[in-house]
Amino acid sequence: MATTDRTKAELDREFSDLYRAHLRDVYSYAYYRVGNHHDAEDLTEQTFLQAYRHFERAQRESDGRPLRPWLIRIAHNLAANFYRDRSRKPQTTIEDAASISAPHTTETLVEDREELKHVLEGVEQLPDDRREALIMRFALGMDNREIARAMGRSDGATKVLLHRAIRQLEEIVKAPEDELSA
Amino acid sequence: MSSQTADFEALLRQALAPVEPPVDLAERLEVTLVNLTELAADELDAWELGAMRDPRNWVRPGAALVVGTAAGAALVVMRARHRRHSEPESARIAAERALREVFGGARRILGDTRSR
Repeated sequence: MATTDRTKAELDREFSDLYRAHLRDVYSYAYYRVGNHHDAEDLTEQTFLQAYRHFERAQRESDGRPLRPWLIRIAHNLAANFYRDRSRKPQTTIEDAASISAPHTTETLVEDREELKHVLEGVEQLPDDRREALIMRFALGMDNREIARAMGRSDGATKVLLHRAIRQLEEIVKAPEDELSA
Repeated sequence: MSSQTADFEALLRQALAPVEPPVDLAERLEVTLVNLTELAADELDAWELGAMRDPRNWVRPGAALVVGTAAGAALVVMRARHRRHSEPESARIAAERALREVFGGARRILGDTRSR
């Protein structure tokens, strides 16, 4: 019994560490998936609750590998349900994101806002899997292996996916406005 | 990688900058875990003792008990650690507070379980 209690306490402490280490990752992913802070908070909350329920098993099966891809996969599945249940499309509001995210300063924001907004609009036009791969790489800083685990793909397929996503986005961003609206 | 590609990736990194979660999100998460504990308790309350005699009915309330107790314990740990990180207090006061949290939480969880 004492062993069980000790293990339980350790498990809770480790979950608490996981939560603190990856709250921003899960929130960033959720924000760029759903496009607004309100739903991103709900999605983050649900992700950690799901994670808590299956934490022990995930730890057992992870074999010491980082659990961030597993967390993001939970968020990914919940986001898919979110769209299916509410029949919603993702909306990205760069103004809101910029006012909270640290890397944007007021000065650069004025100069770059339009360009960044244009890039984000391009991201929204990408197929789901390409958009997700870009969010994981650039918003969360995940490497190919982590992204592959989160998306349930091979490392090679993930590398190709990222490459194609960047190329397609580049084309979208560079295309003249009238061409996009045609 | 060409410099053009590198520039574009830098632009993309800037556009998809990490978004800081609202400060109250951690507290909301704690509240949600408490609610989960209470949901698990309700689940158990809803079961009549008669139904418990049938072993086929044991799995569900057993799972509710596990989820409820586990979520409550996680909440206690999180809250104690949150306090420790957010308030500049002496180690002794922080330790005393953490102990009170742990014992208080454990009492509540055990009380819920016994009242059933």
